[in-house]
Amino acid sequence: MTEEGQDFEGKVTRIKTSKYQRTAKINTTKMPLRKEQRKMEHKKKLIANAIEAAARSELLLPESTGYMESEGPLDKTFKVSQKEIKEAVDLQSRDKIFDLRLPEFGPYSAEYTKDGQFVLLAGEKGHISLFDWHKNVLKTEFHLKETVRDVCFLHNETMFAVAQKKQVFVYDYKGTEIHSLKTHADPYALQFLPYHFLLCSIGKQGILRYQDISTGALLQGLHTKLGPCSIMKQNPYNAILHLGHQNGTVSLWSPNSSQPHVKMLCHKAALTDLAIDRSGHIMVTTGLDAKVKVFDIRTYKKLFSYDTPSQRTVQTLDISHKGALGLGFGSHVQVWKDFSARRIKEPYLIHRLPFQNKINRVRFCPFEDVMGIGHANGFSSVIVPGAGEANFDTFEANPYQTTKQRRETTVVRLLEKIPSDMITLDPMAIGTVARDNSEKVLENQRLIYESQNPGAKWSKVKKEKKKMRGKNKIGKKVTQKERKYVENKQKNAQAEEEKASKQAKGKQAKEVSEGPATQEEVVQSALERFNKK
Amino acid sequence: SMVRIKVISRDEVKFTRETPLDLQRVSRNVDPELHPLEKPREYTRALNAVKLQKVFSKPFVGDLTGHIDGCYTLLRHHSQLNTLVSGSCDGEVRLWNVTTRKSTCAWNAHSGFTRGVAFNWEGNSLYTCGSDRTVKLWALPDTNVNTYSKEGEKPVATWLSDDAFLSIDHQRKSKTFATTAANVLAVWDPKRSEPISKLSWGDDSLMTVKFNPIETYILATTSEDRSITLYDLRASTPIHKLVMDMKSNSLAWNPMESFNFTIANEDHNCYTFDTRNMKIARNVHTDHVSAVLSLDYSPTGKEFVTGSYDRTVRIFPKDQGKSREVYHTRRMQRIFSVQFSGDSSYVFCGSDDSNIRIWKSVAHANTEVQLPRQEQKEKYNAALIERYKDFPEVRRIKDKQHVPKAIKQAQMAKGIIKRSQQRKLSNKQKHSKAGQKVFQPERKKHIITTVQ
Repeated sequence: MTEEGQDFEGKVTRIKTSKYQRTAKINTTKMPLRKEQRKMEHKKKLIANAIEAAARSELLLPESTGYMESEGPLDKTFKVSQKEIKEAVDLQSRDKIFDLRLPEFGPYSAEYTKDGQFVLLAGEKGHISLFDWHKNVLKTEFHLKETVRDVCFLHNETMFAVAQKKQVFVYDYKGTEIHSLKTHADPYALQFLPYHFLLCSIGKQGILRYQDISTGALLQGLHTKLGPCSIMKQNPYNAILHLGHQNGTVSLWSPNSSQPHVKMLCHKAALTDLAIDRSGHIMVTTGLDAKVKVFDIRTYKKLFSYDTPSQRTVQTLDISHKGALGLGFGSHVQVWKDFSARRIKEPYLIHRLPFQNKINRVRFCPFEDVMGIGHANGFSSVIVPGAGEANFDTFEANPYQTTKQRRETTVVRLLEKIPSDMITLDPMAIGTVARDNSEKVLENQRLIYESQNPGAKWSKVKKEKKKMRGKNKIGKKVTQKERKYVENKQKNAQAEEEKASKQAKGKQAKEVSEGPATQEEVVQSALERFNKK
Repeated sequence: SMVRIKVISRDEVKFTRETPLDLQRVSRNVDPELHPLEKPREYTRALNAVKLQKVFSKPFVGDLTGHIDGCYTLLRHHSQLNTLVSGSCDGEVRLWNVTTRKSTCAWNAHSGFTRGVAFNWEGNSLYTCGSDRTVKLWALPDTNVNTYSKEGEKPVATWLSDDAFLSIDHQRKSKTFATTAANVLAVWDPKRSEPISKLSWGDDSLMTVKFNPIETYILATTSEDRSITLYDLRASTPIHKLVMDMKSNSLAWNPMESFNFTIANEDHNCYTFDTRNMKIARNVHTDHVSAVLSLDYSPTGKEFVTGSYDRTVRIFPKDQGKSREVYHTRRMQRIFSVQFSGDSSYVFCGSDDSNIRIWKSVAHANTEVQLPRQEQKEKYNAALIERYKDFPEVRRIKDKQHVPKAIKQAQMAKGIIKRSQQRKLSNKQKHSKAGQKVFQPERKKHIITTVQ
């Protein structure tokens, strides 16, 4: 639903309110009670006002999204290099394009905090560094003598978890090891659910483990029974974990069920990576079968499927806040824009890394037009215009957070920590009415009974009364049951006989009036006298 | 190449504060995609809000001590917020300054019980009536004088009668006042020594009288013969009588919807009636386990406070049958009188143990001056609780009322009795001819007749 309004230049613009409509429109015409109807109509008005106010408040947002638009059909955006972008952009943004040469400690993985201020670099040979990439301030750097498979920030930049060779460790922003989580054995991938304070890990054993960071309780060890798994992503909309398996399936997990909620067969070979949109609507998967597939998670249907040249399978995927898809091929990175709305014909941006590099991980920075690429020779930061969310909300993630604000936010988040048993596929299900099925069940029972025992009256199954001590002999109960069964049978047989005899009389009457219709009918009536009575 | 490029580049100055004395800057974006898991977070907040409400529930504010005998009547001044008058069972009448919690003035008004008190419309004199068959008029001392004054030792005027006066009330915007003595409702003019009119319907004594606050020519009385009578002064006759199952101890008109009144009944319930249709009660308020002795409406007209023989004070919303709050203390004995404060934020109760206690009307309310953001947060919390009040975990915390053991046991016993009566009635209905045993709504059950 759209409404007309005027923007600050006086032009009439359409205010889009559909984004703010969370539920279907309320129909008050069929409500039985007049008083409740009036209350509901009043509520409808309030909701409509709120939606309109929210939509109009978009005018007040301070920043606007970035873009890269070609002026003519021959000018392609993917031909623009980072050098050209650097020349076209202001000083502050030029500093966002940089390269860190770290050739010794293996392919690097990069993770950004939720507010996009800090980067955690992890080289596979054990090099961990945490730095503020805006101000170029190194917070901590240390070397582990083990392979590091994955890193993950916890609630803020002060704590992070590292998936090392045998188990998961939790470190402080100063580099001190705080926790050693031995139960998380042979981890390959880590995820942190920020609103539930749950650290999740999956690895060689194929056991998905949830650990509550605030209380320290290990919630669940769910046996996926689908083999070792190294691809795990969370759906930010409903906090469900998506696991990519080696048989080409993606399974959706929550800590409340020992079976996956959904299993989707996505590829004909093992998955290499998957990524989920911020809205929880779109999932992109790639596999060793050299395909990139776009799925709609709400309906579990495939939207688009792209073939990549077989020698270049996509190693990493990430989706930015504004719907830009970053794909890491062998030594170059492509960015596709608006990939969910229509079939992509050409990429939006291409960035080639020098020296025959191997790209390890691609991550978009949350509130900036920046993409971080972790590769075999270090870390690169490139600008992707239009990828980041321009306007942040201070109460969700504040890039300009002070220490005091950070502490207060931690306390507030802990207080509002959602209990893990509220993780469901549809987070808006809370507050909806659960239809009572007991009546339907009873109706069903009645129908079944009446179809099996015609003519008998159905009454709810009565519980057998327990008699006094010494009078509860089993033998008596059994004989009672048998007697009842026989009686019922006889009754039913009688009822059927009467019915049949009535029918026969009816038929005879018909015959008298019309004559036998077919020979078969005549034969039937003649044989009737042999029926048992 | 001809490509237009724009990149997000934020000016730090715009998003951070200039000086440490400034407030921190806040940017908001209400896009739902930026705020995932709305409903679970809201639910968690509601649960926290309801728990914090219980944590901050400290309703007892203070008490007013001074009386020697049980406090029988209480009345707040209709225009001065901090003035309260109380009459005790030994005939003493005290005027209180609630903010300093001291009595400004005390009179030995009567030799028996002080049955009733009423302020005149100007608010500068006080009528008291008692079991010693007198009504006395006292001049109130200057409010600016805080010290105990003995000036008002003698009444300005006295009226006598043959029977003990049981209650008194003053008409708004006039000089008329009404008293009940035996079975007669007398309407007086202060200039006359005899009542200007005497109304009666029935032979039993009338216990309370209350003027309607808006239609000031209408009066209501409760009587010993379990009836409630309405009178019209313009016609000088009683107009309507409603007979209940049991006696009503107190009556109060709703100050906002003055066609509604509520009675405090001996059968542990309060009933709200609409004067336009008295055949059925509008609401039955059950929660007390003993006779409800007194009742007063809040000035907002949205709730009322009751004090009962079971030593508890309860606050009921006007349209609901269950109480919102319950206040009790070990030291507080039978409560004879209750009053709402003029700004509806406090509740006064006078009890048998000679103390008048001050409670908050909303137990978790913060009495200090609050910052606008604090107020906003409180409103948000209240809205959250209102939205999620039917969820079992929230409801469990919200509806929990701690109550002394004796009352808890009495409640359970009442529950058992009620359920067994319902079961027996339904059995009788099942096994009798259709139409013989008719289901009677609770609101009608206790009314016997209405007569006009």
